[in-house]
Amino acid sequence: MLASFSAEMLKLYKRPTAWVLLLVSLVLSQVFNYLVPYAGYLSADSERAAEQILARTMPENLISNSIGGFPLFAGALALTLGAISIGSEYGWGTLKTVLTQRPRRLSVYAGQLLALAVAVFAIVLVIFAFGALTSSAISLSQSKAMEWPSLMDLAQGFASGWLILMTWCLLGAMLAFVFRGMALPIGLGVVWILGVENLIVNVAAALLDFADTLQKGLPGVNAGSLVSALGAGNSTPGVNTVVDGTQATLVLIAYIVVFALIAGFALQRRDVT
Amino acid sequence: MDGEDFLVETKDLTKRYGSRIVAVDGVNLMVRRGEVYGFLGPNGAGKTTTMRMLLGLIRPTSGTASVLGRPPGHPESLARVGALIESPAFYPYLSGRDNLRVMARYAGVPKTGIEAALETVDLAERARDKFSTYSLGMKQRLGVAAALLKDPELLILDEPTNGLDPAGMADMRALIRRLGSGERTVLLSSHQLGEVELICDRVGVISAGCLIVESTVEELRGKGALLVGAKPLDRAREHVEQLLGAEQVEVLDGTLRLDADPAIAGLINRELVDAGVEVTELRPIERTLEEVFLEMTDQKGESHVG
Repeated sequence: MLASFSAEMLKLYKRPTAWVLLLVSLVLSQVFNYLVPYAGYLSADSERAAEQILARTMPENLISNSIGGFPLFAGALALTLGAISIGSEYGWGTLKTVLTQRPRRLSVYAGQLLALAVAVFAIVLVIFAFGALTSSAISLSQSKAMEWPSLMDLAQGFASGWLILMTWCLLGAMLAFVFRGMALPIGLGVVWILGVENLIVNVAAALLDFADTLQKGLPGVNAGSLVSALGAGNSTPGVNTVVDGTQATLVLIAYIVVFALIAGFALQRRDVT
Repeated sequence: MDGEDFLVETKDLTKRYGSRIVAVDGVNLMVRRGEVYGFLGPNGAGKTTTMRMLLGLIRPTSGTASVLGRPPGHPESLARVGALIESPAFYPYLSGRDNLRVMARYAGVPKTGIEAALETVDLAERARDKFSTYSLGMKQRLGVAAALLKDPELLILDEPTNGLDPAGMADMRALIRRLGSGERTVLLSSHQLGEVELICDRVGVISAGCLIVESTVEELRGKGALLVGAKPLDRAREHVEQLLGAEQVEVLDGTLRLDADPAIAGLINRELVDAGVEVTELRPIERTLEEVFLEMTDQKGESHVG
């Protein structure tokens, strides 16, 4: 398994697409959490409004700023990462090359999952690190006192962020294993994240009782609730208070387990043609 | 021979897709240690499916297979097998060398073998270039290099010259001959009958999923024959029938076809000349593997098979 993990890490490290996804995630986070608010602060009509806007960019809001976009935009990018990592093995036919080297299928699979987990960890780390740097810079430039979240809160926020992105990443990977390709999983996954869940939550749940119950089990809703429980405002797209933080965490863990099992079953049982 | 002398052994190996399609039908294949075994068959005959089953990529519907004494796909047997199945598949964004680094990690072999493998396939100079920039011939050679990383006892090559130009084919054949010249065993499927004739010690012919015959190339071609043109033909026929027996002589388009070892051509010539027969033509005739193959698979008119 470690040999497969090592090979997967080399592939991910050398893959330009993985770096592009990391870069886009970082840029989105920086632009919408710091650059746009800071521009709003500079052009605010009143001092009070300006102070309120500036406060959102301060280090004390590092956690909510960093993971606020995870339920939707960063989630879609994580799903894309999972789908391209697995789906391209089918598209390029490299899975057969890999499987004829030596490792058992489940060893290859475990290596892939572990490598994706590390890649998602890196994305979360980079977003948090750059968020800390930018908020520090703004705070220093405005001569504001810096208040940081406690280490425990940071760890909890970091772990929650990883959990959310890993859920989406594994959804992409699972779809890639099931459909043995890349394009359809990305298309279906992104439509689900950005469209279908929104329709269920904002349209169907208001009209139908079963949809109202159903939404409490959806991955995006639980991701949004977890982010909300960690301090992100409900005005952020994808953030909600449908369920509490504990339930959201448990549901996301359950999704990770289910996605991983389905993907592993699909790889183990099916012919590689 | 004991079990270890057959590196590949299948028993009634069968692969069905649904109730109507039988891709491989009860194949019993035996590949001996140290030989270069040619696997021949028309397109869709079941060659690639069989090879995929031998590597554990496809599960058989029924029957069994053993590769180096283990079930197909077993890590211990795969550690001693190098394979190139259909087109060479690698990561286009990685260089040739990095692709081999990835494969070496999967195989659990030291990266020290990478340079040697690149040298063997004459790809060292382009090893830093991305796989996506390689020509088909270079891709095929990288596929062979990946197969060699483990210094395998058994090489399974599925149509390794497919799509190559004549020079590329010649290079690849020379490489395969070199790889198969020592202790290494090679199982090769090929489009080119002439190639199999040149490279392989034994041949298995598969058609419509069934293994029709498994034999040496010489046995398949059968004994040689002699073609004799003579005047007068009747007198020549009488003499050679006395010499060889009537059942060995056949009149064919104004010539005599003798089922006899071509080495006795001198004797035949002397006998006929001594008998006052004018010998106008005397030459050995050998059936090509292609003729044999077409007879067996009833694919007349096709010069290439897949």
